[in-house]
Amino acid sequence: MSERCKPGDIVEIHQIILAAGERAAGVPEDTSKVPLEAWIKGKALTEASVGEEVTIETFSGRLTRGVLTTVSPGYSHTFGPAVPELAPIAQELRAMLKGGRSHG
Amino acid sequence: MAKDLSYAAVMARRGEIMKKALGVEYEEFEQGGIVFDYEAMMTKAAYPFEEVRRIQREVGVGDTPLLELKNITELVRMTSRPGYGARILVKDEAANPSGSFKDRRASISAYQAKKAGYPGLLAATSGNYGAAVASQAAIRNLGCIIVQEVFDSRKVGQPEIIEKSRKCEAFGAEVIQLTVGPELFYMALRILEETGYFNASLYSSYGIAGIETLGWELVRDVRERFGKDPAYVVVTHAGGGNVTGTARGLRRAGAHNTKVIGASVDLSGLHMASDHDFNRKSFTTGHTGFGVPFATWPDRTDVPRNAARPLRYLDRYVTVTQGEVFYVTEALATVEGIERGPAGNTSLAAAIPLARELPEDEIVVVQETEYTGAGKHPQAQLDFARRNGVEVRRGDPKENVPGKSIVIPERFDQLHVTEMDLGRMRRSYVRNAVERNGLKEVGPREVKFLAEDSSQSEEDVVKILEDLGVKVR
Repeated sequence: MSERCKPGDIVEIHQIILAAGERAAGVPEDTSKVPLEAWIKGKALTEASVGEEVTIETFSGRLTRGVLTTVSPGYSHTFGPAVPELAPIAQELRAMLKGGRSHG
Repeated sequence: MAKDLSYAAVMARRGEIMKKALGVEYEEFEQGGIVFDYEAMMTKAAYPFEEVRRIQREVGVGDTPLLELKNITELVRMTSRPGYGARILVKDEAANPSGSFKDRRASISAYQAKKAGYPGLLAATSGNYGAAVASQAAIRNLGCIIVQEVFDSRKVGQPEIIEKSRKCEAFGAEVIQLTVGPELFYMALRILEETGYFNASLYSSYGIAGIETLGWELVRDVRERFGKDPAYVVVTHAGGGNVTGTARGLRRAGAHNTKVIGASVDLSGLHMASDHDFNRKSFTTGHTGFGVPFATWPDRTDVPRNAARPLRYLDRYVTVTQGEVFYVTEALATVEGIERGPAGNTSLAAAIPLARELPEDEIVVVQETEYTGAGKHPQAQLDFARRNGVEVRRGDPKENVPGKSIVIPERFDQLHVTEMDLGRMRRSYVRNAVERNGLKEVGPREVKFLAEDSSQSEEDVVKILEDLGVKVR
């Protein structure tokens, strides 16, 4: 991850949409104490360092401005580690099927 | 002059923004006060059924396989009293272009947007619907923006939703990832106003008409293969569109004896808009946090009149636990060789105990599957739950506590459903109608509408109204 973007780099920016005091009436108390934030990806139009403001062209072609958070943002979600509570289910059910109806 | 983008100012413009973004004149269906002509809206503000079929065929949506779950049916029969355990079939909706039944909804909105000359489509959703809209926009060469609720205030997001962001971006859409809060709708309005995009609402009549084909197809296929109608069709219920559209399709096919059973994951006690509770949920859709409020008051959405009105169609409504859905997801993969879900398997988890109620020669149809991906997977979701302080263990699913513990059943016969009290939900619908509209006095037209809209008798509605202190003329 580079700390600085060039024009044309794919980046992610951060915006505060509503400050903590501007949240909709009726949101739960914990939510009302934090801002409504947004993260949007697109092509940087100018150079900027992480933490500085930059204008981007989004994938739909909109121009919008926010604080640069990431250059070349990616995906890091996974299929997750083995879960011991799930692992035995396959064998349990197959053994049951092998045993036939009397197993029930 | 730049428009005022404050929350209050944008919300004050919501009526005009929504009208422009959908192009539907809802006034045409209004009949004074709370009363409106639902069937006229479903007919005039949509496309005829044959046209919907044609639009969907044009973009590879629908006519998905109906798969028989032979080993799961066998396990059901092994855990039922002799002679019981209906055959379970599943409509493999993951075979649609973006991997879920939501393509049916998006296909009609995308067609309408293109025809009416809109430059693109917008949807506010954290579910599979985002990918469906993005995929249909790609097919029609339209712009697409998906507004999603993704993160809590620590920028921690559920892996399931992060995968859904990725999928939308894979189809070329812009994704606006937001923190928790109902102001998702405010953001959607702002972007609709800025872009002039079409509002691909889940709750417009276009969004619902697209699902009627699902119910119709499954009846056609069951009749062709088994020479009868399904006894039960089990539908994962959240916002109400899936129940409404499927049930309308069943009726269109003439399957009047088929029972429509809604199923949701029980997330009672967790607040949907709470920053803290957000990541204590291990399911982001198909749960009671949507299922109950949307059934008991449908007109809480991004359209003036919601086309999804599940109380009109539900014969029963049941809940299952998160742990049971993960268990059946594992069962579907390892004894049927079909890796799908997990969230879309909510209806399968319910169908197993429901099939035990019926004789062997009856048929239960689970009407959807959804694609599986990184993040959208039992291992990813259970690992996330554990890291957010939720206990994961095996045991009796009845011990499951939403937000505190996920109990994976120890045995197949522990799968169960909890019956929701539809009578209570119908009463609560009438109470919401009274409170939200400040009703003090109603006449026969209002009574008739409330009765139709919640599938109860006019006598019952009158009694509820009188209990609430409303004068009935």
